Amino acid sequence: MRNAFADEATKLSMADNRIVLLSGDIGNKLFDTFKEKNGSRFLNCGVAEANMMGVAAGMALSGLRPIIYTITPFTTTRCYEQIRVDACYHNVPVTIIGTGSGFTYAELGPTHHSCEDLAIMRVLPNMTVLAPADEVELRQCLQATFKQDGPVYIRIGKKGEAITPKKDNNFEIGHSITVSEGSDVCLISTGILLPIVMKAAEILSSQGVSARVESFHTIKPLDQKTLHDTFANYPVVAVVEEHNKIGGLGGSIAEWLALQVFTKGRMISFGVDDEFMHEVGSQNYAREKYGLTSENIVLQVLAAYKPS
Amino acid sequence: MHLEKLLEIANEIRGRIISNSHKTKMPHLGSCLSCVDILVAVYFHSLKIDPAKPDDPGRDRFILSKGHGAPALFQVLAKKGFYPEVMLDSYGEDGGIFAEHPPTPDHLAGIEAATGSLGHGLPIGLGMALSARIQKKSYDVVALLSDGECNEGSIWEAAMMAAAQKVDNLMVIIDFNKWQATGRSEEILALTPLVDKWSAFGWDACEIDGHDMEQLINVLTKEKNSEGKPIAVIAHTVKGKGVSFMEDDNNWHYRIPSEEELVSALKELGLVK
Repeated sequence: MRNAFADEATKLSMADNRIVLLSGDIGNKLFDTFKEKNGSRFLNCGVAEANMMGVAAGMALSGLRPIIYTITPFTTTRCYEQIRVDACYHNVPVTIIGTGSGFTYAELGPTHHSCEDLAIMRVLPNMTVLAPADEVELRQCLQATFKQDGPVYIRIGKKGEAITPKKDNNFEIGHSITVSEGSDVCLISTGILLPIVMKAAEILSSQGVSARVESFHTIKPLDQKTLHDTFANYPVVAVVEEHNKIGGLGGSIAEWLALQVFTKGRMISFGVDDEFMHEVGSQNYAREKYGLTSENIVLQVLAAYKPS
Repeated sequence: MHLEKLLEIANEIRGRIISNSHKTKMPHLGSCLSCVDILVAVYFHSLKIDPAKPDDPGRDRFILSKGHGAPALFQVLAKKGFYPEVMLDSYGEDGGIFAEHPPTPDHLAGIEAATGSLGHGLPIGLGMALSARIQKKSYDVVALLSDGECNEGSIWEAAMMAAAQKVDNLMVIIDFNKWQATGRSEEILALTPLVDKWSAFGWDACEIDGHDMEQLINVLTKEKNSEGKPIAVIAHTVKGKGVSFMEDDNNWHYRIPSEEELVSALKELGLVK
């Protein structure tokens, strides 16, 4: 995913000379092509993220379109006040990339985990929050970002994420993508868990339960139209994310759902418990620990769909 | 503009700031009075700006990184002609635009950045200075910091990046009035030696008397150094400058002048008899 980011950012920057790439001393060799094509528009800002975010806002106030790139906690929690004041309060087009979101860097420990970013980003006025599932969605997110104004946060993985074939590829910020149709239950996925959710849908199908799958690449603005449609038509809607159960897409949908008058659909959610993961482990270990597996999704969905 | 005229403007602005504080109960009087001479020298002598074209891409930029000096900046911008001085009659009113800190540029002509949280203005100014290089423009950026603001780590992050990038169109002025909100800036965090610190961080640093208009003008218009260094001006100032009973008394960080104190201050400034 990060290679696709570097490639797409390079392509976009060649067509738009307002695009500037700021890195927090990360991405060794990743941005060689970008630097080769537009050296004056690449700046290594060092391990100084608060300054980097302020610099980006100053550039955006001067007519440029800066992209900020570093590991998720350092481009979100580390410089949160600069995001709030410099980018969001001024409402300027700063694009913040968080690479290695969720448990992508599980082995590096909780300092490098990021299970709070969606919550703290979506509460900021003017902020758009995106979490593409794969490199295809990531490229679409970037292209769409540079067609709008205002700050945007894009949560991405690291590398080797599988590309999920979709029923349609029409991309628009704020409109989820229907990955596959289904008639019994609906599975809503955000970000890089999509292959796991797709596999859950396949298993459900083999057990006679037809699952629709939606890729919610946009957390904010919330796609209320699709939510209306799913909660009006499916008895079970499962929301799956590699993020704390507090405040992410699940939290956002729960806030929305509590204010609706119709409720055919019952919501169940899959996310990370409200704790730091102290044990050493891989991303897959972390996902298993918090039930972010196809098997657990199937189990819980079946339990909700066919109460025994 | 002649020195005498600049001094006259600074004196008039001081009177307006104190009157406004009395009327609207805006605090930070001491902090405003310590930077008035700097603001007047910057806006009426050195900045290349046209109040009729506040969005001109080629304009010089001034950032009040010590955002709590906004009551001074608002008076200076009005005097410069960015908006009618009568607009300031609504200062502090509900639903208005003039508060304790600068609003965003979208909401008031002449403002370059909404500051108030300390340590933000310099990084933003650095981004603007770097933009000039990227966009092949020739404008300069000036950021005014308070000494207390140098507590913030982001100031030193920006200082190192500006030096590494050889950003020679960026100037920092430090309103070194030796106080911060609750005590002596030297005692709260070891601040000095400020000139040595900025020099060691790779800046072309010097110190001046921040109330000496001639020294201010000279430093604001001096030639850029040949090594591409950003410039740091440590301006020694007095908190509450201009009114004897406010000078160097940190109570005036938050205190509001009474009717008697207002009259007394205006008399001392020669603005009323």
